[in-house]
Amino acid sequence: MFEKILIANRGEIACRVMKTATKMGIKTVAVYSDADKDAMHVQMADEAVHIGASPSAESYLVMERIIQACKDTGAQAVHPGYGFLSENSAFCEALEKEGIAFIGPATYAINSMGDKITSKLLAEEAGVNVIPGYTDVVKDADQAVEIANGIGYPVMLKASAGGGGKGMRVAWNEAECHDGFERATNEAVSSFGDGRVFIEKFIEEPRHIEIQVMADTHGNIIYLGERECSIQRRHQKVIEEAPSPFLDEETRKAMGEQAVLLAKAVDYRSAGTVEFIVDAKRNFYFLEMNTRLQVEHPVTEYITGQDLVELMIRVANGEELPLKQKDVKLTGWAMEARVYAEDPFRNFLPSIGRLVHYRPPEGKNVRVDTGVYEGGEVSMFYDPMIAKLVTYGKNRKKAISKMQDALDAYYIRGVQHNISFLNALMVHPRFIEGRLTTNFIAEEYPDGFNAEMVPQDDPAKTIVVAATIHRNYLDRAAYISGQLPSLEREVEDEWVVIINGEHHPVTAAPVTGACKVTYAGKSYEVVSDWELGQPLLHCTINGKSACFQVQREGIWLQLFHSGSHTKAMVVTPRAAEMHSYMLEKEAPDLSKYLLSPMPGLLVKLSVEEGEEVKAGAELAVIEAMKMENVLRAEQDAVVSKIKAEAGDSLTVDQVIMEFE
Amino acid sequence: MQEIIRQLDEKRSAARLGGGEARIEKQHAKGKLTARERIELFLDPGSFEEWDMFVEHRCTDFGMEQQSTPGDGVVTGYGTVCGRLIFVFSQDFTVFGGSLSAAHAQKICKIMDQAMKVGAPVVGLNDSGGARIQEGVDSLAGYADVFQRNVLASGVVPQISMIMGPCAGGAVYSPSMTDFIFMVKDSSYMFVTGPDVVKTVTHEEVTAEELGGAVTHTSKSGVADLAFENDVEALLMLRRFINFLPASNKDKPPVWPTEDEADRKIPSLDTLVPQDPNKPYDMKELITKMVDDNDFFELQPDYASNIIIGMARMEGSTVGIVANQPMVLAGCLDIDSSKKAGRFVRFCDAFNIPIVTLVDVPGFLPGTTQEYGGIIKHGAKLLYAYAEATVPKVTLITRKAYGGAYDVMASKHLRGDVNLAWPTAEIAVMGPKGAVEIIFRKDIGDEEKITQRTDEYRQKFANPFVAGARGFIDDVIMPNSTRKRICRSLSMLRDKDLENPWRKHGNIPL
Repeated sequence: MFEKILIANRGEIACRVMKTATKMGIKTVAVYSDADKDAMHVQMADEAVHIGASPSAESYLVMERIIQACKDTGAQAVHPGYGFLSENSAFCEALEKEGIAFIGPATYAINSMGDKITSKLLAEEAGVNVIPGYTDVVKDADQAVEIANGIGYPVMLKASAGGGGKGMRVAWNEAECHDGFERATNEAVSSFGDGRVFIEKFIEEPRHIEIQVMADTHGNIIYLGERECSIQRRHQKVIEEAPSPFLDEETRKAMGEQAVLLAKAVDYRSAGTVEFIVDAKRNFYFLEMNTRLQVEHPVTEYITGQDLVELMIRVANGEELPLKQKDVKLTGWAMEARVYAEDPFRNFLPSIGRLVHYRPPEGKNVRVDTGVYEGGEVSMFYDPMIAKLVTYGKNRKKAISKMQDALDAYYIRGVQHNISFLNALMVHPRFIEGRLTTNFIAEEYPDGFNAEMVPQDDPAKTIVVAATIHRNYLDRAAYISGQLPSLEREVEDEWVVIINGEHHPVTAAPVTGACKVTYAGKSYEVVSDWELGQPLLHCTINGKSACFQVQREGIWLQLFHSGSHTKAMVVTPRAAEMHSYMLEKEAPDLSKYLLSPMPGLLVKLSVEEGEEVKAGAELAVIEAMKMENVLRAEQDAVVSKIKAEAGDSLTVDQVIMEFE
Repeated sequence: MQEIIRQLDEKRSAARLGGGEARIEKQHAKGKLTARERIELFLDPGSFEEWDMFVEHRCTDFGMEQQSTPGDGVVTGYGTVCGRLIFVFSQDFTVFGGSLSAAHAQKICKIMDQAMKVGAPVVGLNDSGGARIQEGVDSLAGYADVFQRNVLASGVVPQISMIMGPCAGGAVYSPSMTDFIFMVKDSSYMFVTGPDVVKTVTHEEVTAEELGGAVTHTSKSGVADLAFENDVEALLMLRRFINFLPASNKDKPPVWPTEDEADRKIPSLDTLVPQDPNKPYDMKELITKMVDDNDFFELQPDYASNIIIGMARMEGSTVGIVANQPMVLAGCLDIDSSKKAGRFVRFCDAFNIPIVTLVDVPGFLPGTTQEYGGIIKHGAKLLYAYAEATVPKVTLITRKAYGGAYDVMASKHLRGDVNLAWPTAEIAVMGPKGAVEIIFRKDIGDEEKITQRTDEYRQKFANPFVAGARGFIDDVIMPNSTRKRICRSLSMLRDKDLENPWRKHGNIPL
């Protein structure tokens, strides 16, 4: 076995690989860029080598530096994780030359599967179902239209070198096809330096279901069940689960066997994933093969009981797979949610900064693959994924319910995060039914996501918890020193919880080890060992467990639970009466301003003072996290004042321009 | 007897009704509470003991003898907040617009005198149109009587003003001499001369809100300490604030039990200070993570934000926090921040509240605005306040402590009791670059030499060791142990006994 391996990656996946390596008694070497000097993967590794500046093109993507790091530390093998150099055959070759093992497939498999067109041809030859389409490179827009007419609309235009949703475009008619081809080509050139685009049939009500395969160098290939990854936002996976709620045993077997056929055809070794698109009638078509460990591999690990990284390392070491196809048993259900540093309420804009508070959930059947820690930094240079939250249960319902609880206890402050969105998905009736398609998010949240879309858990719970917190606070304050002997503070039992201007009368009184709250004719016993100032309140309400995130802001309590955010104030009945005299204040009219929705660089101002703009017109372009974001006019308006200039660094909500 | 009781009841109900139903409704329609409702909300339920309900004005001019309301536009008395004694007066806008008559002033003076005798805070809930013009100089005399007591009570019992309506002309000077001024947004304003006079004299068009509203005074002028959304929030927050304060200068700060362990480690503080010395970080993160229950009551958050002041508790006992804020103007000291922190330090010192100072200061802000504005004397206020303070002083240098500003920020030299530093601390006359350009002036232009000299200087001074070697720093601590070390220091200093030489009073550079 290898004595030392290098992990040519960062973040959660580097940490995850190290965990297995350490378990196997293998020493680990981390590599890091400037921005990652204090990163978790650096702290976890036995050794760490600095490999360059923060941009990945100057560090994690520089093969020579990584190979040098191997030589300097004596690492005998490299695990590439996913992304970066994980599917780069030149890297494999370079490693091979130096006699360093690559923990992954051979170059032929990487090359042939890395190209969308080649892989499709190979798959077809191997007897794998492929989507009807034109597998050659399309010459120009006219030819694209001609081909599309032949296949029948809708069609999908795809960059040959693309991935992760980049360079993909759907066309529903000739005009869109013509236009879309040009855009797809341009995007492909700018993103991948390879303008080749191909066309295929666009599948309606599609599901994304993928098969995990594992192969050794002794000719053994097995498949480890499927993962359903249909919940995607703009082609980025958000929720993954295993098994799929849609597949029957027969389809599973057919898909698995085809995946194995393809793996055989390219002489595959190590872990790989064959992605299929499945239509409403359980017809499945080959999409692509990922020749690496997938982000969502933990769900497969949960239901198969295998450690995929361990298998990869053993295979790279020339060992035979320790299990045969008949040994693969799928038990229970696993659910994965990707926790991103992005703001779901601002169109999922990426967010960066210091993780002022970061506490992932813990517990049985909860797994958090994370690469960050409280006090760490989410930097603009890399993927905004903070962690993968994985839960497991006997069945899908249990896994989902575990996920709901885990999300409630996931405490992140300092950067924006998508927990509330994930929470909303987990309680969405259609999700719970398992009626998934890759368009789920686009269909259910056509105009984006906002706070009102979070389905409320029983609001009584929030009211009861607010009352409990307040009672807890007052009981403590009542112990303050220096009280007048005959006028000691006696805390009242009757309270009113004010939420959104609505008054909810309650009584709250401590009983042994609990707080007894009555609300709307019902009695609740809240048991919790929460203490003032703690951000997470784990409790049981009448025996049922719940978790709330608590923040105090002046007189208000901010409560976060099950994706929704409640501002509550607890006062005496008399104060509540007086509160009803208070005037509702109108929020300032922000429609007169264009505010920067994120911190970033103002790249371009597209209008001038005095210019009339129509709704939808481009106003300015902001670059943040290497992405250009176009800000558009929400309504017809006249620009009255421009308050920033190109090249300015903007903060969130900074005024860029004013309208008349 | 029966007749007397009947009259008593009549007078009481007349007093309770203040200016009558119609005016009460008007007050409510403006989103404001009445004087009595405010007291009811502010004090513990049922604890209010009212005084002078039957006082009436003595004015006989302009038909005033025809109209009189028992209580005369101010409700006074005492009660408790969390069981602790508080004296309170609440002006009643429904009675003669809350205007101040001689009798009205006399009522306020009475509770102030009593508060000083027994040692308890005075809270004023101000909502007054100003002087009772009908009374003329009697009213002015009334103001002066209150001013005089404000001054005598200053440093003896805490005085807090909550401005809940108009407060204009001479009336502003009573709140201005109290320790804290809080305001209610959109319904309160304070100015010496109102918008009309301003327009006549300077031709400036300005609204009352712009001239002296809560936002103006909490962000522009620094006159007020906090602004609240409405009466209810203001009064309930005032209760919380009172819980931090000792009853008088003879009292120790109140203690309340906490479950927050004194030796709680805070690992995330180890990465708070960025590697790049020019990159800011949020000092408030350190404060909120360090104090009991993460509960920090900040004062003047929107004014001179380059310095942070506020109350918190450590091991249950109140401390005053003063901290440079690297996020704003790099945390430098300027006129506004020196005044803001200076006054706060003096309050803490007057009322036995230990001061915890968190230092990351690159120096004083340069420029003509500052010099012409008198930074020399204003900066000296903070210096004076720290040097004069005899309460426990615990100082932690997190990063920069440069130049004269280092001396100012509760340094060892100003009788700092415990002076700690994080490993990232740099205690020096100035930053490496500036220092090298002065010491090695002749090398300017020779990039290589300058870089080398700068590195040398950084090696030598950009660390806590030089100061440590001289005993100016008592210890270098790991950021994660900050809470534990500060709690211990405060605990050690609990019975600190230090007195300044006798004098009538010092002469702080005003």
